[in-house]
Amino acid sequence: MTLSTPLSSKFSYSFSWVGMIGLAIILFWAVIALAAPHIIPYPIGEIVDEDYFGPMSGKLLLGSDYLGRDMLSRLMMGARYTVGISLAAVCIACFTGTALGMAAAVIGGWFDTVLSRFLDALNSIPSKLSGLVVAAAIGSSINVLIVMLAVIYTPGAYRFARALAVNVNTMDYITVARTRGESILYIIFSEILPNIIGPLLADFGIRFVFITLLLSGLSFLGLGVQPPYADWGALVHENISGLPFGAPAVIVPSLAIASLTISVNLLIDNLPTKIRDRSV
Amino acid sequence: MENLVEIRGLKVEATTDSGRRLEIIKGVDLDIAPGEIVALIGESGSGKTTIALTLMGYTRTGCRISGGSIHVAGKEMVTLSERQRATIRGRDISYVPQSAAAAFNPTKRIIDQVVEVTHIHKLMPPTEARQKAISLFKALSLPNPEQIGERYPHQVSGGQLQRLAAAMALISDPKLVIFDEPTTALDVTTQIEVLRAFKSVMKKSGIAGVYVSHDLAVVAQIADRILVLRNGEVQEVGSTETILNDAKHPYTRELLSAFEPKPRGDHADLAQEAKPLLEIDALTAGYGPLQDDGLPLVRAVQEASITVQKGRNLGIIGESGCGKSTLARSIAGILPASSGKLTLDGQQLAPSARQRSHEQLRELQIVFQHADTSLNPAKSIEDILGRPLTFYHGMKGRERSARIDQLLDMVHLPKALRSRTPAELSGGQKQRVNFARALAAEPKIILCDEITSALDTVVAAAVIDLLKELQRELSLSYIFISHDLSVVEAICDEIVVMYHGKKVEQITPAISKIPQHPYSQLLFSSVPKLDPTWLDSLERDPELVKAYAHA
Repeated sequence: MTLSTPLSSKFSYSFSWVGMIGLAIILFWAVIALAAPHIIPYPIGEIVDEDYFGPMSGKLLLGSDYLGRDMLSRLMMGARYTVGISLAAVCIACFTGTALGMAAAVIGGWFDTVLSRFLDALNSIPSKLSGLVVAAAIGSSINVLIVMLAVIYTPGAYRFARALAVNVNTMDYITVARTRGESILYIIFSEILPNIIGPLLADFGIRFVFITLLLSGLSFLGLGVQPPYADWGALVHENISGLPFGAPAVIVPSLAIASLTISVNLLIDNLPTKIRDRSV
Repeated sequence: MENLVEIRGLKVEATTDSGRRLEIIKGVDLDIAPGEIVALIGESGSGKTTIALTLMGYTRTGCRISGGSIHVAGKEMVTLSERQRATIRGRDISYVPQSAAAAFNPTKRIIDQVVEVTHIHKLMPPTEARQKAISLFKALSLPNPEQIGERYPHQVSGGQLQRLAAAMALISDPKLVIFDEPTTALDVTTQIEVLRAFKSVMKKSGIAGVYVSHDLAVVAQIADRILVLRNGEVQEVGSTETILNDAKHPYTRELLSAFEPKPRGDHADLAQEAKPLLEIDALTAGYGPLQDDGLPLVRAVQEASITVQKGRNLGIIGESGCGKSTLARSIAGILPASSGKLTLDGQQLAPSARQRSHEQLRELQIVFQHADTSLNPAKSIEDILGRPLTFYHGMKGRERSARIDQLLDMVHLPKALRSRTPAELSGGQKQRVNFARALAAEPKIILCDEITSALDTVVAAAVIDLLKELQRELSLSYIFISHDLSVVEAICDEIVVMYHGKKVEQITPAISKIPQHPYSQLLFSSVPKLDPTWLDSLERDPELVKAYAHA
């Protein structure tokens, strides 16, 4: 079932309902992350329950954590870190990677070779391992986390953008632009970018998922976001001892991570596609 | 006699991505007697391949047969199940694709692929199948029929591969063979050999054939009857003789008239003021690492010297691989020449486009063969045409917009196309936009690299007329590169024949139309003519063919 939504008189897109569900969940988490400080029922550090790993109740909608703090408030604030850090890191990674990748494809020669080999070398280090080393060496503040995650995922974005741009670069319209005397910046941003933006956005989504998972993984190991703040990975980590009790405190943040990553994937697999047949 | 094929009221419809149904074949009737060859002819999008494929009960993805009946050898293809159709395909009906190079599996020996059909349908033991394949290779006059099957597809030439594909289709002794533009991708000199081989095998074995093509002259050589199609409807049916000599339908006449040689009329100014515009002096260009003598390893163009006069056109012709496109690319500075001198209007040009001045780049524009890849699919026609205006002439806003309208008008396109993207234009429209972009720069000379070869005959003829008209108005010069002699003759004052990277002859049609060099003679004589007896009566010096044709 496809729904076609005319966005303007001339362009119409078809957007499947699976993609819409994905988009709705992403928007839901984005709103939570933005509004969290104003809507949390309790301060995140305050112990509000006499019992630890309390069950879901009318007072504490998602139960309490291992210290008796309100889980709903902690989860809402955690969204800020998980979504915020991942988003910042993926933006930096994809922007640098794509810009360098397109430049390498258009300039070619030595510039391409040196840059490609350097980023390949960076890519060959396992991502968790380099995360661990950096966090151990210079500690982990939020800024360090963002930069580290961005650096780890830049080579992948570079490879992807370069591979796409190399194909477009052999097209005759690029040759025409070159013989017209156009500058490299014009060729990159005006001739190549519009043709590869679709796959790049899909790549952006996948990379966002990877970064979310890596950040959650690092936090789970205790190397990510540091207490008293906690992202979703850290929430899973600190409440892991609640697993035998079936406490919502450990299940809910895991579900949150899953819902975000799956919905991003659903969205990028079902991005709106333009209907070419306009004579309807 | 009972007809082998009887198609009645065939309708095929396609579903577009917005869910709209589109009828692409609108009720076609077709009969084929046993042993008869019927040609389906028409421009691209006329439904000729779609009809040919329905004979096997097959439609492309997104299409379906929505009405009518297809009787082939007593079976109703429309109602058969897919499994039943599979037993007929390859055995009773076989198919020769347009590009044999894409149809062969590059990792398997040719002979194994040729006999595969007999294996699938369990027609004969493998040794017998191989014997039969070899006898077919002989009948198709392939060199070394005993050994050629042991090679891999990349080890034989394009013309040979096309004949091997025909052998694959014929090995099961089918009742009907479908040829889908089998010679379109071949050079004229090679095409003759392939056509001859097809014709003799088909006549000898008495197999019926459907020959899909857009080239009337090729069809005239091989078909008994011709079916002219347009927009999924039959325009005219008749014997080859009738269609060629006594066409009734206006569209058929249009197709025929596109074939009539239209020599360049205005040679009046030939004698006066011959001022050289572009001089190419001993230009050598190629690919690969530089050798000790400073020249590249593979020299695609060797020591070519050509002069183009102001307001005149020069045609460069030769078969694929002769270096004509490389020559164009090095004139444009895309592939810097490794030696030689280029002079445009008295000024020496640097070998690479990067070192040329803004003005020099503007004065020399190049138009490529494939309008599909030369227009950025992500941009509107307005942006595509507007960029050179802004870039070279600094035009903005209303001035630029008015000029875009003028340009569209010059190439006879409606202004409404401005906001469309290239994907929403037809092939001929795209090529006009492609040309309009070159005009936007207001150049002195335009290099046209095979600009009509991807177009249908009627559309190509219209583009050529447009080029002539614009030349009169704007006093341009063209360098017109093509493998199609009739196109070059229609527009050029001088013709340069290239072979193996060298210029072998320069002909001025106004003075003498008879080529002197043996290769030019071969090339000129290989262009198919509308006369159905042309192929049979054509005599070619076997020595010459051996020396120059890569068949």
